[in-house]
Amino acid sequence: MIRLANPNVFLDVANRFLPWLFGATLAVLAYGLYLALVESPPDYQQGETVRIMFIHVPFAWAAMAGYTLIALAALGTLVWRHPLADVAAQAAAPIGAAFTFVALATGSIWGKPMWGTWWVWDARLTSFLLLFFLYIGLIALWQTIEEPLRAARAAAILALVGFINIPVIKFSVDWWNTLHQPASVLRIDGPAIHPDILAPLLVMALGVTLLFLTLHVMAMRNEILRRRIRTLIRTQVENGVAPGLEQAQ
Amino acid sequence: MTAFRALLQRDIVLALRLGGGVTLAVGFFLLVVAVFTFGIGPDLPLLAKIAPGMLWAAMLLSALLTLDRLLQGDFEDGSLDILAGGALPLELGFAAKALAHWLTTGVPLSLAAPLLGFLLNLDPIAILPLVATMLAGTIAISFTGMIGAALTVALRRGGLLTAILVLPLYVPVLIFGVSAVRAAIGGMASFTSPFLLLCAISIASLVLGPVAAAAAIRTSWQ
Repeated sequence: MIRLANPNVFLDVANRFLPWLFGATLAVLAYGLYLALVESPPDYQQGETVRIMFIHVPFAWAAMAGYTLIALAALGTLVWRHPLADVAAQAAAPIGAAFTFVALATGSIWGKPMWGTWWVWDARLTSFLLLFFLYIGLIALWQTIEEPLRAARAAAILALVGFINIPVIKFSVDWWNTLHQPASVLRIDGPAIHPDILAPLLVMALGVTLLFLTLHVMAMRNEILRRRIRTLIRTQVENGVAPGLEQAQ
Repeated sequence: MTAFRALLQRDIVLALRLGGGVTLAVGFFLLVVAVFTFGIGPDLPLLAKIAPGMLWAAMLLSALLTLDRLLQGDFEDGSLDILAGGALPLELGFAAKALAHWLTTGVPLSLAAPLLGFLLNLDPIAILPLVATMLAGTIAISFTGMIGAALTVALRRGGLLTAILVLPLYVPVLIFGVSAVRAAIGGMASFTSPFLLLCAISIASLVLGPVAAAAAIRTSWQ
């Protein structure tokens, strides 16, 4: 972690690992989708629609993990002043928002045939919608504050305050009586899903996590380069050279 | 403690004497309720049914409107710098300011709610629970709002951003507040458990709000 604090070292490592990460993501997702769509049996009650779960659940997990990552990075920003922590958080926010949206959308599509409605205002759905709003708020904060260092710290504080929502999402199905089904994989007495369905779900979860990681490392790389360009432009302007003029002349 | 009391007193006096403070929030409350009613139509049984939720939502919006008053003026005239550098810990200073905000916004709004309830055909049984939940909930609104105000204080166009930042944090307050009032009217569910959860959120915000807001100001000024 300390060695990676140097953006150059990070870029180096990222460039070396990205092709592997990319390949692993493709392979695991392809295998997972094959298992989920072809191999696994239809549910005895839900029929074929149960396959939506193989997209819905992994994306929801990854969206929550993404917010947890942002909160950890926020600690990195505030406590250890790790130079890349803010880059990591800022890169994770749009991806997390997109994953949250996918989880909400697939849940809605799944809800229509199963519950007879696109949306219900129960605790799990509402708290997950709040996660989406939290992501949006974080992105808005980063975009509004011009000075990067101040934006980083403000976003870190907001991220930590908003982290309260993550345990609320996890336990909402236990604390309230909801239409959303209770936890069936991560529970004390072991998973309550048949292995035929659990295995593809876990493969898909791994695949989606890898997808998140790949996108995240790519976004971090872009953010580092973007910041570098910004600094270059600023020094040019400070030295009296207007950016972009060289090409025009 | 003298500094705490002085700050509290100063903020209350400022809010009461400076135009557009308390009355503006209550006036906006009335406006939102009226606009909702115009939109929904004069169906009295329907209005009675949705009155608790509507009053709560309108109260939340009115309180949101006043959040920029929390720190904006102090930031502009420099008192915030003095507060940050003074002997009183910034956390306590912000607690005093949030308390003053609650006394001059949350309390008047809560007391105005039953009056507006008459416009909405609110069940008279609900008046006491409504005021009680709002008094408890507005504590969380003032103290959590402090975080949003502190994060956006130095920004132009900070007001709208404050709303986006704190609204997700307000939703639990709204949910428990409304469900407590509904339970008091309907009699099916228990009033106490959502009300106690609401109080728990407010008590947690008493600590979380000033501490996070002070951290936001400190880290951004380093």
